[in-house]
Amino acid sequence: MDIVLSVQFKKAFAGGFSMDVSWQAAREIVVLFGPSGAGKSLTFQVIAGLVRPDEGHIQLGDKVFHDARAGIELPPQSRDIGYLFQHYALFPHMTTRENVLYGHRQPRSSEAAADFAAMLTRFHLEGLEQRYPAALSGGQRQRVALARALMRKPRVLLLDEPLSAVDLSVRRSIRNELRNLQRVLDIPMVIITHDLGEALALADRLVIYDHGRVVQSGTPDAIVQDPQNEIIAAWAGNTRLHGERTFSF
Amino acid sequence: MEAILTAAKLSLWVSASATLLIALVGIVLAYFLARRNFRGKHLLDALISIPLVLPPTVVGYTLVVLFGREGWIGAPLYRLTGWSFVFTWQGAALAAFVVALPLMVRVSRAAIEAVDQDLINTSTVLGKSEWETVFKVVLPLARGGIMAGVLLAFARALGEFGATLMIAGNIPGKTSTLPLSIYSAFQGGDDALAQTLAIILTVISGTVIYLAGKWTSSRWI
Repeated sequence: MDIVLSVQFKKAFAGGFSMDVSWQAAREIVVLFGPSGAGKSLTFQVIAGLVRPDEGHIQLGDKVFHDARAGIELPPQSRDIGYLFQHYALFPHMTTRENVLYGHRQPRSSEAAADFAAMLTRFHLEGLEQRYPAALSGGQRQRVALARALMRKPRVLLLDEPLSAVDLSVRRSIRNELRNLQRVLDIPMVIITHDLGEALALADRLVIYDHGRVVQSGTPDAIVQDPQNEIIAAWAGNTRLHGERTFSF
Repeated sequence: MEAILTAAKLSLWVSASATLLIALVGIVLAYFLARRNFRGKHLLDALISIPLVLPPTVVGYTLVVLFGREGWIGAPLYRLTGWSFVFTWQGAALAAFVVALPLMVRVSRAAIEAVDQDLINTSTVLGKSEWETVFKVVLPLARGGIMAGVLLAFARALGEFGATLMIAGNIPGKTSTLPLSIYSAFQGGDDALAQTLAIILTVISGTVIYLAGKWTSSRWI
Protein backbone atom coordinates (compact mmCIF):
# COMPACT_ATOMS: atom_id res chain seq x y z
CA MET A 1 0.00 0.00 0.00
CA ASP A 2 1.31 3.41 -1.01
CA ILE A 3 0.86 5.52 2.11
CA VAL A 4 0.06 9.16 1.34
CA LEU A 5 -1.25 10.50 4.63
CA SER A 6 0.10 9.31 7.91
CA VAL A 7 -1.38 10.50 11.19
CA GLN A 8 -0.01 9.75 14.63
CA PHE A 9 -0.42 12.05 17.62
CA LYS A 10 -1.24 12.42 21.30
CA LYS A 11 -3.12 15.30 22.82
CA ALA A 12 -4.50 15.94 26.30
CA PHE A 13 -7.34 18.44 26.61
CA ALA A 14 -8.47 20.46 29.59
CA GLY A 15 -11.23 18.54 31.32
CA GLY A 16 -9.56 15.13 31.17
CA PHE A 17 -10.27 14.04 27.58
CA SER A 18 -7.18 12.75 25.86
CA MET A 19 -6.39 11.41 22.41
CA ASP A 20 -3.84 8.90 21.24
CA VAL A 21 -4.43 7.88 17.63
CA SER A 22 -2.52 6.49 14.72
CA TRP A 23 -3.66 5.56 11.20
CA GLN A 24 -2.64 5.88 7.56
CA ALA A 25 -4.38 6.53 4.28
CA ALA A 26 -3.41 5.67 0.71
CA ARG A 27 -5.19 7.04 -2.39
CA GLU A 28 -8.49 5.65 -1.13
CA ILE A 29 -11.52 6.42 1.00
CA VAL A 30 -10.80 6.06 4.69
CA VAL A 31 -13.77 6.38 7.00
CA LEU A 32 -13.37 7.44 10.61
CA PHE A 33 -16.26 5.82 12.43
CA GLY A 34 -17.28 6.11 16.06
CA PRO A 35 -19.70 7.71 18.51
CA SER A 36 -19.77 11.47 18.80
CA GLY A 37 -17.19 12.74 21.24
CA ALA A 38 -14.70 10.04 20.23
CA GLY A 39 -12.29 12.60 18.78
CA LYS A 40 -12.94 12.25 15.04
CA SER A 41 -13.49 15.95 14.32
CA LEU A 42 -10.58 16.86 16.60
CA THR A 43 -8.40 14.58 14.48
CA PHE A 44 -9.35 16.64 11.43
CA GLN A 45 -8.54 19.85 13.26
CA VAL A 46 -5.15 18.47 14.21
CA ILE A 47 -4.46 17.41 10.61
CA ALA A 48 -5.52 20.87 9.43
CA GLY A 49 -3.26 22.60 11.94
CA LEU A 50 -6.13 24.25 13.82
CA VAL A 51 -5.33 22.30 16.99
CA ARG A 52 -1.74 21.56 17.91
CA PRO A 53 -1.02 18.07 19.28
CA ASP A 54 1.24 17.45 22.27
CA GLU A 55 3.37 14.97 20.38
CA GLY A 56 3.35 12.91 17.24
CA HIS A 57 4.11 12.98 13.54
CA ILE A 58 1.74 13.98 10.75
CA GLN A 59 2.84 13.78 7.15
CA LEU A 60 1.21 14.19 3.75
CA GLY A 61 3.34 12.85 0.91
CA ASP A 62 6.80 14.22 1.57
CA LYS A 63 5.48 17.22 3.47
CA VAL A 64 5.75 17.00 7.25
CA PHE A 65 2.82 18.86 8.84
CA HIS A 66 3.78 18.23 12.40
CA ASP A 67 6.69 16.65 14.16
CA ALA A 68 6.94 17.37 17.86
CA ARG A 69 10.50 16.10 18.20
CA ALA A 70 11.80 18.08 15.23
CA GLY A 71 9.76 21.09 16.37
CA ILE A 72 7.83 21.23 13.09
CA GLU A 73 4.34 22.74 13.06
CA LEU A 74 3.35 23.86 9.58
CA PRO A 75 0.78 26.71 9.60
CA PRO A 76 -2.69 25.65 8.40
CA GLN A 77 -2.35 27.97 5.39
CA SER A 78 0.43 25.87 3.88
CA ARG A 79 -0.96 22.38 4.41
CA ASP A 80 -2.73 21.90 1.06
CA ILE A 81 -5.78 20.19 2.44
CA GLY A 82 -9.41 20.36 1.43
CA TYR A 83 -11.57 20.47 4.54
CA LEU A 84 -15.36 20.28 4.54
CA PHE A 85 -16.88 21.25 7.87
CA GLN A 86 -19.98 19.51 9.09
CA HIS A 87 -22.37 22.25 8.04
CA TYR A 88 -20.20 23.20 5.06
CA ALA A 89 -19.27 26.62 6.52
CA LEU A 90 -20.19 28.56 3.40
CA PHE A 91 -19.67 32.30 3.84
CA PRO A 92 -23.22 33.61 4.17
CA HIS A 93 -22.31 37.05 2.78
CA MET A 94 -20.85 35.65 -0.43
CA THR A 95 -22.52 34.25 -3.52
CA THR A 96 -21.73 30.80 -4.91
CA ARG A 97 -19.21 32.41 -7.23
CA GLU A 98 -17.54 34.40 -4.44
CA ASN A 99 -17.49 31.40 -2.12
CA VAL A 100 -15.87 29.10 -4.69
CA LEU A 101 -13.34 31.70 -5.87
CA TYR A 102 -12.39 32.38 -2.25
CA GLY A 103 -10.66 29.01 -2.29
CA HIS A 104 -8.42 29.92 -5.23
CA ARG A 105 -4.85 31.03 -4.72
CA GLN A 106 -5.20 33.86 -7.29
CA PRO A 107 -8.93 34.57 -7.36
CA ARG A 108 -8.62 37.33 -9.96
CA SER A 109 -6.53 35.39 -12.46
CA SER A 110 -7.88 34.05 -15.75
CA GLU A 111 -6.84 30.62 -14.52
CA ALA A 112 -9.23 31.07 -11.58
CA ALA A 113 -12.07 31.94 -13.94
CA ALA A 114 -11.39 28.79 -15.97
CA ASP A 115 -11.15 26.65 -12.84
CA PHE A 116 -14.40 28.15 -11.60
CA ALA A 117 -16.17 27.31 -14.86
CA ALA A 118 -14.88 23.75 -14.64
CA MET A 119 -16.13 23.44 -11.05
CA LEU A 120 -19.58 24.71 -12.05
CA THR A 121 -19.85 21.92 -14.58
CA ARG A 122 -18.36 19.22 -12.39
CA PHE A 123 -20.69 19.98 -9.48
CA HIS A 124 -23.79 20.91 -11.53
CA LEU A 125 -23.89 24.45 -10.18
CA GLU A 126 -24.71 26.27 -13.43
CA GLY A 127 -27.29 28.98 -12.86
CA LEU A 128 -26.54 29.20 -9.13
CA GLU A 129 -23.49 31.48 -9.44
CA GLN A 130 -25.18 34.56 -8.02
CA ARG A 131 -27.14 32.84 -5.25
CA TYR A 132 -26.35 33.26 -1.59
CA PRO A 133 -26.02 30.10 0.56
CA ALA A 134 -29.36 30.82 2.25
CA ALA A 135 -31.05 30.27 -1.13
CA LEU A 136 -29.41 26.88 -1.79
CA SER A 137 -30.57 23.39 -0.83
CA GLY A 138 -28.50 21.15 1.45
CA GLY A 139 -27.11 19.19 -1.48
CA GLN A 140 -26.26 22.35 -3.42
CA ARG A 141 -24.48 23.83 -0.42
CA GLN A 142 -22.40 20.70 -0.12
CA ARG A 143 -21.41 20.87 -3.77
CA VAL A 144 -20.46 24.55 -3.44
CA ALA A 145 -18.33 23.70 -0.40
CA LEU A 146 -16.65 20.84 -2.28
CA ALA A 147 -15.97 23.08 -5.27
CA ARG A 148 -14.48 25.72 -2.97
CA ALA A 149 -12.24 23.16 -1.24
CA LEU A 150 -11.03 21.74 -4.58
CA MET A 151 -10.09 25.16 -6.00
CA ARG A 152 -6.83 24.93 -4.09
CA LYS A 153 -6.08 21.52 -5.68
CA PRO A 154 -5.65 19.90 -2.26
CA ARG A 155 -3.63 16.72 -1.81
CA VAL A 156 -6.05 15.28 0.71
CA LEU A 157 -9.78 15.82 1.26
CA LEU A 158 -11.25 15.76 4.78
CA LEU A 159 -15.04 15.53 4.96
CA ASP A 160 -16.73 15.89 8.35
CA GLU A 161 -20.15 14.19 8.31
CA PRO A 162 -20.79 15.06 4.64
CA LEU A 163 -24.13 13.27 4.60
CA SER A 164 -25.68 14.45 7.83
CA ALA A 165 -27.16 17.65 6.40
CA VAL A 166 -28.72 16.21 3.23
CA ASP A 167 -32.00 14.38 2.72
CA LEU A 168 -32.06 10.61 2.97
CA SER A 169 -33.33 10.44 -0.61
CA VAL A 170 -30.15 11.93 -2.06
CA ARG A 171 -27.66 10.23 0.24
CA ARG A 172 -27.13 7.27 -2.02
CA SER A 173 -26.37 9.43 -5.05
CA ILE A 174 -24.05 11.65 -3.02
CA ARG A 175 -22.29 8.53 -1.79
CA ASN A 176 -21.69 7.51 -5.39
CA GLU A 177 -20.55 11.02 -6.29
CA LEU A 178 -18.03 10.97 -3.45
CA ARG A 179 -16.67 7.58 -4.55
CA ASN A 180 -16.42 8.90 -8.07
CA LEU A 181 -14.72 12.08 -6.97
CA GLN A 182 -12.10 10.14 -5.04
CA ARG A 183 -11.31 8.04 -8.14
CA VAL A 184 -11.01 11.10 -10.36
CA LEU A 185 -8.89 13.13 -7.92
CA ASP A 186 -6.81 10.13 -6.91
CA ILE A 187 -5.98 11.58 -3.48
CA PRO A 188 -6.80 10.27 0.00
CA MET A 189 -10.34 11.12 1.04
CA VAL A 190 -11.05 10.86 4.76
CA ILE A 191 -14.69 10.85 5.79
CA ILE A 192 -16.15 11.12 9.29
CA THR A 193 -19.44 9.46 10.06
CA HIS A 194 -21.23 7.99 13.04
CA ASP A 195 -23.60 6.04 10.77
CA LEU A 196 -22.27 2.50 10.39
CA GLY A 197 -24.24 1.83 7.19
CA GLU A 198 -22.62 4.85 5.53
CA ALA A 199 -19.24 3.84 6.87
CA LEU A 200 -19.41 0.33 5.41
CA ALA A 201 -20.82 1.55 2.09
CA LEU A 202 -18.15 4.20 1.57
CA ALA A 203 -14.97 2.88 3.10
CA ASP A 204 -12.04 1.25 1.39
CA ARG A 205 -10.66 1.24 4.89
CA LEU A 206 -12.36 1.81 8.19
CA VAL A 207 -10.81 3.34 11.30
CA ILE A 208 -12.91 2.79 14.41
CA TYR A 209 -12.69 5.49 17.09
CA ASP A 210 -13.76 5.33 20.71
CA HIS A 211 -12.83 7.60 23.64
CA GLY A 212 -9.99 9.26 21.78
CA ARG A 213 -8.39 5.96 20.72
CA VAL A 214 -8.35 3.90 17.55
CA VAL A 215 -10.02 0.64 18.51
CA GLN A 216 -9.52 -1.11 15.20
CA SER A 217 -8.74 -0.39 11.56
CA GLY A 218 -8.86 -2.40 8.37
CA THR A 219 -11.09 -3.16 5.40
CA PRO A 220 -14.82 -3.26 6.17
CA ASP A 221 -14.83 -7.01 5.49
CA ALA A 222 -12.01 -7.74 7.87
CA ILE A 223 -13.58 -5.62 10.58
CA VAL A 224 -17.02 -7.16 10.25
CA GLN A 225 -15.52 -10.65 10.42
CA ASP A 226 -13.47 -10.00 13.52
CA PRO A 227 -15.01 -7.01 15.28
CA GLN A 228 -13.27 -5.58 18.31
CA ASN A 229 -16.00 -3.09 19.00
CA GLU A 230 -19.43 -3.83 20.42
CA ILE A 231 -21.38 -1.63 18.01
CA ILE A 232 -19.94 -3.38 14.99
CA ALA A 233 -20.23 -6.81 16.55
CA ALA A 234 -23.90 -6.14 17.18
CA TRP A 235 -24.41 -4.91 13.64
CA ALA A 236 -22.67 -7.94 12.15
CA GLY A 237 -24.64 -10.29 14.39
CA ASN A 238 -21.37 -11.57 15.63
CA THR A 239 -21.52 -12.73 19.22
CA ARG A 240 -17.83 -13.35 19.57
CA LEU A 241 -16.07 -10.14 20.41
CA HIS A 242 -12.32 -10.11 20.20
CA GLY A 243 -11.44 -13.64 21.23
CA GLU A 244 -13.03 -15.09 24.31
CA ARG A 245 -15.13 -12.14 25.47
CA THR A 246 -18.77 -12.82 24.87
CA PHE A 247 -21.03 -10.11 23.60
CA SER A 248 -24.70 -10.03 24.48
CA PHE A 249 -27.44 -7.56 23.66
CA MET B 1 -31.92 80.98 17.09
CA GLU B 2 -28.23 81.42 16.46
CA ALA B 3 -27.43 80.05 19.92
CA ILE B 4 -29.39 76.91 19.10
CA LEU B 5 -27.61 76.38 15.81
CA THR B 6 -24.18 77.00 17.32
CA ALA B 7 -24.76 74.52 20.14
CA ALA B 8 -26.20 71.89 17.78
CA LYS B 9 -23.34 72.23 15.31
CA LEU B 10 -20.76 72.07 18.08
CA SER B 11 -22.45 69.00 19.56
CA LEU B 12 -22.47 67.20 16.22
CA TRP B 13 -18.86 68.15 15.53
CA VAL B 14 -17.59 67.05 18.95
CA SER B 15 -19.59 63.80 18.86
CA ALA B 16 -18.62 62.98 15.28
CA SER B 17 -14.92 63.51 16.01
CA ALA B 18 -15.09 61.38 19.13
CA THR B 19 -17.07 58.68 17.28
CA LEU B 20 -14.60 58.52 14.40
CA LEU B 21 -11.80 57.82 16.86
CA ILE B 22 -14.01 55.41 18.81
CA ALA B 23 -14.81 53.44 15.64
CA LEU B 24 -11.13 52.97 14.77
CA VAL B 25 -9.86 52.22 18.27
CA GLY B 26 -13.00 50.32 19.26
CA ILE B 27 -12.88 47.79 16.40
CA VAL B 28 -9.27 46.93 17.16
CA LEU B 29 -9.96 46.57 20.90
CA ALA B 30 -13.13 44.56 20.26
CA TYR B 31 -11.31 42.19 17.90
CA PHE B 32 -8.46 41.53 20.30
CA LEU B 33 -10.82 41.06 23.25
CA ALA B 34 -13.06 38.75 21.22
CA ARG B 35 -10.51 36.61 19.38
CA ARG B 36 -7.21 36.65 21.22
CA ASN B 37 -6.03 35.53 24.59
CA PHE B 38 -3.38 37.66 26.17
CA ARG B 39 -2.07 38.67 29.56
CA GLY B 40 -4.10 41.42 31.19
CA LYS B 41 -7.12 40.88 28.93
CA HIS B 42 -9.63 41.18 31.77
CA LEU B 43 -7.81 44.19 33.17
CA LEU B 44 -8.00 45.93 29.80
CA ASP B 45 -11.68 45.04 29.54
CA ALA B 46 -12.35 46.50 32.99
CA LEU B 47 -10.35 49.63 32.22
CA ILE B 48 -12.35 50.29 29.05
CA SER B 49 -15.66 49.63 30.78
CA ILE B 50 -15.20 51.50 34.03
CA PRO B 51 -16.62 54.85 32.75
CA LEU B 52 -19.93 52.98 32.34
CA VAL B 53 -20.31 52.65 36.11
CA LEU B 54 -18.42 55.66 37.47
CA PRO B 55 -20.19 58.99 37.98
CA PRO B 56 -19.22 61.46 35.21
CA THR B 57 -17.58 63.66 37.82
CA VAL B 58 -15.03 60.96 38.57
CA VAL B 59 -14.33 60.46 34.87
CA GLY B 60 -13.99 64.23 34.44
CA TYR B 61 -11.74 64.54 37.46
CA THR B 62 -9.53 61.70 36.20
CA LEU B 63 -9.30 63.36 32.79
CA VAL B 64 -8.20 66.64 34.42
CA VAL B 65 -5.61 64.78 36.49
CA LEU B 66 -4.29 63.08 33.34
CA PHE B 67 -4.75 65.75 30.68
CA GLY B 68 -5.01 69.02 32.58
CA ARG B 69 -2.26 71.62 32.25
CA GLU B 70 -0.66 70.11 35.37
CA GLY B 71 -1.66 66.57 34.41
CA TRP B 72 0.54 63.51 33.97
CA ILE B 73 0.13 63.65 30.21
CA GLY B 74 -1.18 67.19 30.00
CA ALA B 75 1.85 68.90 31.59
CA PRO B 76 4.49 67.57 29.18
CA LEU B 77 2.06 68.16 26.30
CA TYR B 78 1.60 71.77 27.41
CA ARG B 79 5.34 72.30 27.79
CA LEU B 80 6.02 70.92 24.33
CA THR B 81 3.20 72.55 22.39
CA GLY B 82 1.72 75.27 24.57
CA TRP B 83 -1.62 73.63 24.01
CA SER B 84 -3.91 71.78 26.40
CA PHE B 85 -7.17 69.86 26.28
CA VAL B 86 -8.63 72.07 29.01
CA PHE B 87 -11.42 74.40 27.83
CA THR B 88 -11.22 73.27 24.19
CA TRP B 89 -13.59 71.34 21.93
CA GLN B 90 -10.92 68.64 21.80
CA GLY B 91 -11.33 68.33 25.57
CA ALA B 92 -15.07 67.84 25.08
CA ALA B 93 -14.33 65.21 22.41
CA LEU B 94 -11.89 63.47 24.75
CA ALA B 95 -14.55 63.24 27.46
CA ALA B 96 -17.05 61.90 24.91
CA PHE B 97 -14.46 59.39 23.68
CA VAL B 98 -13.77 57.92 27.11
CA VAL B 99 -17.41 57.73 28.10
CA ALA B 100 -18.75 56.32 24.81
CA LEU B 101 -15.91 53.91 23.94
CA PRO B 102 -17.14 51.06 26.19
CA LEU B 103 -20.48 50.95 24.35
CA MET B 104 -18.72 50.51 21.01
CA VAL B 105 -16.34 47.87 22.37
CA ARG B 106 -19.05 45.85 24.12
CA VAL B 107 -21.51 45.77 21.23
CA SER B 108 -18.99 45.11 18.47
CA ARG B 109 -17.10 42.56 20.57
CA ALA B 110 -20.30 40.55 20.98
CA ALA B 111 -20.86 40.71 17.21
CA ILE B 112 -17.30 39.58 16.48
CA GLU B 113 -17.58 36.75 18.99
CA ALA B 114 -20.80 35.62 17.32
CA VAL B 115 -19.05 34.91 14.00
CA ASP B 116 -19.07 31.13 13.52
CA GLN B 117 -15.66 29.66 14.31
CA ASP B 118 -16.08 27.17 11.43
CA LEU B 119 -16.13 30.10 8.97
CA ILE B 120 -12.91 31.48 10.39
CA ASN B 121 -11.30 28.03 10.35
CA THR B 122 -12.44 27.47 6.77
CA SER B 123 -10.88 30.74 5.68
CA THR B 124 -7.62 29.75 7.41
CA VAL B 125 -7.58 26.30 5.83
CA LEU B 126 -8.24 27.95 2.45
CA GLY B 127 -4.88 29.67 2.91
CA LYS B 128 -5.93 33.13 4.07
CA SER B 129 -3.90 35.01 6.67
CA GLU B 130 -5.52 36.21 9.88
CA TRP B 131 -5.84 39.76 8.53
CA GLU B 132 -7.37 38.64 5.24
CA THR B 133 -9.84 36.59 7.26
CA VAL B 134 -10.61 39.61 9.43
CA PHE B 135 -11.34 41.89 6.49
CA LYS B 136 -13.14 39.39 4.25
CA VAL B 137 -15.04 37.28 6.76
CA VAL B 138 -15.11 38.55 10.35
CA LEU B 139 -15.79 42.26 9.84
CA PRO B 140 -18.36 41.85 7.04
CA LEU B 141 -20.29 39.33 9.15
CA ALA B 142 -20.07 41.47 12.29
CA ARG B 143 -21.04 44.57 10.31
CA GLY B 144 -24.48 44.96 11.89
CA GLY B 145 -23.15 44.86 15.45
CA ILE B 146 -20.25 47.14 14.60
CA MET B 147 -22.58 49.74 13.06
CA ALA B 148 -24.87 49.47 16.08
CA GLY B 149 -21.86 50.02 18.35
CA VAL B 150 -20.80 53.11 16.41
CA LEU B 151 -24.29 54.59 16.52
CA LEU B 152 -24.72 53.86 20.23
CA ALA B 153 -21.37 55.48 20.93
CA PHE B 154 -22.40 58.49 18.86
CA ALA B 155 -25.65 58.80 20.80
CA ARG B 156 -23.81 58.52 24.10
CA ALA B 157 -21.27 61.12 22.95
CA LEU B 158 -24.12 63.50 22.07
CA GLY B 159 -25.52 63.13 25.58
CA GLU B 160 -22.20 63.59 27.40
CA PHE B 161 -22.42 66.25 30.11
CA GLY B 162 -20.57 65.81 33.40
CA ALA B 163 -17.07 64.88 32.31
CA THR B 164 -17.25 67.46 29.52
CA LEU B 165 -18.12 70.19 31.99
CA MET B 166 -15.11 69.33 34.14
CA ILE B 167 -12.42 69.20 31.47
CA ALA B 168 -13.80 71.51 28.77
CA GLY B 169 -15.94 73.86 30.80
CA ASN B 170 -19.05 75.54 29.46
CA ILE B 171 -17.89 78.21 27.02
CA PRO B 172 -20.59 79.32 24.56
CA GLY B 173 -19.57 78.71 20.96
CA LYS B 174 -16.50 76.78 22.06
CA THR B 175 -17.39 73.95 24.41
CA SER B 176 -21.09 74.50 25.16
CA THR B 177 -22.57 71.45 23.50
CA LEU B 178 -26.34 70.86 23.52
CA PRO B 179 -26.47 69.26 27.01
CA LEU B 180 -24.35 72.07 28.47
CA SER B 181 -26.38 74.76 26.70
CA ILE B 182 -29.56 73.27 28.13
CA TYR B 183 -28.06 73.50 31.60
CA SER B 184 -27.00 77.16 31.02
CA ALA B 185 -30.39 78.14 29.60
CA PHE B 186 -32.20 76.50 32.52
CA GLN B 187 -29.89 78.11 35.07
CA GLY B 188 -30.33 81.48 33.38
CA GLY B 189 -34.13 81.16 33.52
CA ASP B 190 -34.59 80.86 29.74
CA ASP B 191 -37.06 77.99 29.89
CA ALA B 192 -38.13 78.36 26.27
CA LEU B 193 -34.57 77.92 25.01
CA ALA B 194 -33.94 75.01 27.40
CA GLN B 195 -37.09 73.32 26.13
CA THR B 196 -36.24 73.81 22.45
CA LEU B 197 -32.71 72.51 22.94
CA ALA B 198 -33.99 69.51 24.91
CA ILE B 199 -36.42 68.63 22.14
CA ILE B 200 -33.74 68.93 19.45
CA LEU B 201 -31.35 66.71 21.42
CA THR B 202 -34.06 64.13 22.09
CA VAL B 203 -35.02 63.95 18.40
CA ILE B 204 -31.42 63.53 17.22
CA SER B 205 -30.50 60.98 19.88
CA GLY B 206 -33.80 59.12 19.45
CA THR B 207 -33.17 58.74 15.72
CA VAL B 208 -29.65 57.47 16.29
CA ILE B 209 -30.78 54.94 18.92
CA TYR B 210 -33.58 53.77 16.61
CA LEU B 211 -31.08 53.21 13.79
CA ALA B 212 -28.73 51.39 16.16
CA GLY B 213 -31.49 48.95 17.04
CA LYS B 214 -32.33 48.43 13.39
CA TRP B 215 -28.72 47.79 12.43
CA THR B 216 -28.29 45.15 15.10
CA SER B 217 -30.69 42.83 13.30
CA SER B 218 -28.15 42.32 10.57
CA ARG B 219 -29.17 40.35 7.51
CA TRP B 220 -26.38 37.78 7.82
CA ILE B 221 -27.04 36.61 11.36
